[in-house]
Amino acid sequence: MRKLSSASKLYLIIVFLVLYAPIFYLIYYSFNSGGSMNDFESFTLEHYKAVFKDSRLIVILINTVIVALLSGLIATIFGTLGAIGIVSIKDKKIRNTLLSLNNVLIVSPDVVIGASFLILFTMIGVKLGFASVVVSHVAFSVPIVVLMVLPKLLEMNTSLIDAARDLGASKRDVLTRVILPYIKPGIFAGFFLALTYSLDDFAVTFFVTGNGFSTLSVEIYSMARTGISLTINAISGLVFLVTVFVVIGYYFFNNRSKRIHEGVQR
Amino acid sequence: MKSLVQATIAIVVVCALLQFAANRLESAGSAGSKDTITVYNWGEYIDPELIKQFTKETGIKVIYETFDSNEAMMTKVQQGGSAYDIAVPSEYMVQMMVEQDLLIPLDHSKLPNLNNIDPYFLDLAFDPKNKYSIPYFWGTVGIVFNPTLVEEHLTFTTWEDLWDPSLKDKVFLVDGAREVIGMGLNSIGKSLNAKDDDVLREATNKLITLSPNVKAIIGDEITPLMINNEATVALTWSGQAQDMMWENEELDFAVPEEGSNLWFDNFVIPKTAANIDGAHAFINFMLEAEVSAQNNDYVGYSTPNRAAMALMDPEVISDERFYPAEEIREHLEVYENLGPKWLGKYNEYFLEFKMSLR
Amino acid sequence: MAKQRGALFPYIIWIALFVIAPIALIVYYSMLDLSGNFTIANYKAFFSPVYLKMTLTSFWYAFLITLFTLMIAYPTAYLLTKTKHKQLWLMLIIIPSWINLLLKTYAFIGIFGLYGPINAAVEVFGFEPKQILFTDFSFIFVSVYIFIPFMIIPIFNSLDKLNPTLIYAARDLGASSFTTFLRVIFPLTIDGVKSGIQVTFIPALSLFMITRLIAGNQVITLGTAIEQQFLVSQNWGMGSTIAVFLILSMVVIMFLTGQKKGGRVR
Repeated sequence: MRKLSSASKLYLIIVFLVLYAPIFYLIYYSFNSGGSMNDFESFTLEHYKAVFKDSRLIVILINTVIVALLSGLIATIFGTLGAIGIVSIKDKKIRNTLLSLNNVLIVSPDVVIGASFLILFTMIGVKLGFASVVVSHVAFSVPIVVLMVLPKLLEMNTSLIDAARDLGASKRDVLTRVILPYIKPGIFAGFFLALTYSLDDFAVTFFVTGNGFSTLSVEIYSMARTGISLTINAISGLVFLVTVFVVIGYYFFNNRSKRIHEGVQR
Repeated sequence: MKSLVQATIAIVVVCALLQFAANRLESAGSAGSKDTITVYNWGEYIDPELIKQFTKETGIKVIYETFDSNEAMMTKVQQGGSAYDIAVPSEYMVQMMVEQDLLIPLDHSKLPNLNNIDPYFLDLAFDPKNKYSIPYFWGTVGIVFNPTLVEEHLTFTTWEDLWDPSLKDKVFLVDGAREVIGMGLNSIGKSLNAKDDDVLREATNKLITLSPNVKAIIGDEITPLMINNEATVALTWSGQAQDMMWENEELDFAVPEEGSNLWFDNFVIPKTAANIDGAHAFINFMLEAEVSAQNNDYVGYSTPNRAAMALMDPEVISDERFYPAEEIREHLEVYENLGPKWLGKYNEYFLEFKMSLR
Repeated sequence: MAKQRGALFPYIIWIALFVIAPIALIVYYSMLDLSGNFTIANYKAFFSPVYLKMTLTSFWYAFLITLFTLMIAYPTAYLLTKTKHKQLWLMLIIIPSWINLLLKTYAFIGIFGLYGPINAAVEVFGFEPKQILFTDFSFIFVSVYIFIPFMIIPIFNSLDKLNPTLIYAARDLGASSFTTFLRVIFPLTIDGVKSGIQVTFIPALSLFMITRLIAGNQVITLGTAIEQQFLVSQNWGMGSTIAVFLILSMVVIMFLTGQKKGGRVR
């Protein structure tokens, strides 16, 4: 592998700087003793203390994370199976129709999705709360998973499957030993983007939640009228740091165990 | 395949652990009381300490949910599925909810602290005899501006000042059809509840001549912009203006003399209520003088609670910009529920105005 | 491959419940007037110049946003595949999208502001500070910011598994870097690019919140109009009508960009 030229490095650095700029901005002001994201007055940790005192906010944060992980997981399973099914369809028209239906929820504005899900749930008589929120998040995350898995499936060389079949692999083996390992990057991509959808959603969650269940987004949006408190900046900063550490830690842990594993094999 | 299974198991385990932690936190807060009410309010619109105090005094646990617009709140109440015992709609929404039969009449005998409210704010047209609603906070619509950044002769005691050529590309408007069209109507001396196509046409044409001065039509984000001196003049609600002025002392607020809007946010008990007694207890608690004064310190909007005002900083309640004298209030109008047809027209005119911006 | 069709089952259920049912509701509502009578007036209203102009603007901005996102994301994805810890870097591209969008937008308002860091830097170089907010530039910039991870990931995934021998072969045959890219690399990653375009262009059509926050309502998209009809005018009929058109245009795009070959033949 060739080393990156310095121009390439500079390009990547700029992209990362831009992506992280607003987040650093938020974290910077979470230490502001003034009440808002303007005029940095002096350094304080009071907003972080406020986070730990506010048990309601912590419960809401936990709810948000559970909904994201769980809905992401279920949506990934549904979406992956759906994508595998879609590529198996040969009729071009049926396939495009399915893909169009798939994208309906991506193009529909959140209010429309939220309102129609609300009507749907109350018609069936579902009690609004945790379950209805998870189900809705699964619903609007499935299409993104399909769209992430699909290109990997299309790239896949059919002769791989044929070879496995010829060697006597069962349908199940083909799926778990050949297809899934190949499309794994697409599956993970789908899962992570499903998390993004879930964590960012305000309108759909707002409509389908109830009975005291709330997520961070709903909380933040409803604060807009009276001003978003810096406690929210502090909690976002904490979440951000924890996420970064978990990701980096997991990555290196995983790499090391892989290397040890490979070493043993050799 | 193995890594996929591992990841799945890891996610399920993490969720279970988090759920366990959340349950522990929640049960620690409620101390096992069975009596609960669900309060549905705007975010950051109540002092959280008071909720704790209420639970301590009455043993009723409060579940607190938030919304970000009247209309979205109404849709939720309409559809049911969640038991909201208290909601806090604005006055036009109270009227709409009454029309749609979404509210439960209040039992005034359970609200002895109602006497604390200034009679001026009771028995208003949107809810005669306060059958369904009790005022929580009130305010006006006016112009917040930075006197150091605009020419001296502009005091914004008249809407005409917005049209001043020196304000080219400097005016920010709030993203609400009623507020902007209402301002247009007031500026030509008409009622902001006008239901007459010719009058609305005239007001819109007048507004379109304001386009060169309009920098943007935005929502709550106006607050940081005004505080930063990023924006010099903005049409906004008095409550928001007060928030801005706390952060930026240079700012000033004026309600033009031709007239403007007088708004109320009110406690109501929606049809979805499961604990009507608890809801009354909560409203009565919030009407207590000390409670109301403390809440006012936190939220900072204008309170209709006369008994609370006696306990508040005299400097706050003598500020005529936020507690205007009665003769000024007479020029103010409360929004009437226009009905869907006219509301639709207001929005069409507003859209036309927006499209004229470029 | 045909036997994988059983995988479609949960996916079809999802489509029936959360796509077909809401579409049916939307179509039903689109034919109701304000007092709940059946009418086609909403459809007539949609063909007024105001809405047609809005449709065109929506498409134009969605096109620009997709174009710029692709231009920035493709090189980023390409360079990322050349880094040492590429999976980790990819994760770090996604993480910013997990922080609440409204918060990040407020941060952008501060960053772009007259007294924000950008204008401070501009002043250092001796230029007059300029209002960046409420311009086409700020609107497109923030939109591109939102969609970048969605575009990078599928492109990264299709570049990642690209067989390097193909590139060496092209080089050995005397192809310049540019020709190699145009004739070898790009065609082989086309499925990833398509996927990225779909998850950018389609949601960009219905962008709403930032049209107000960052563009100050100077840009009005179909998404904003639907939002307004549902939440402000409470005219669900007209809102649904616009949503029907949004979905229809998405379907047209899907059929235009759909794969020419009909499914993968085994």
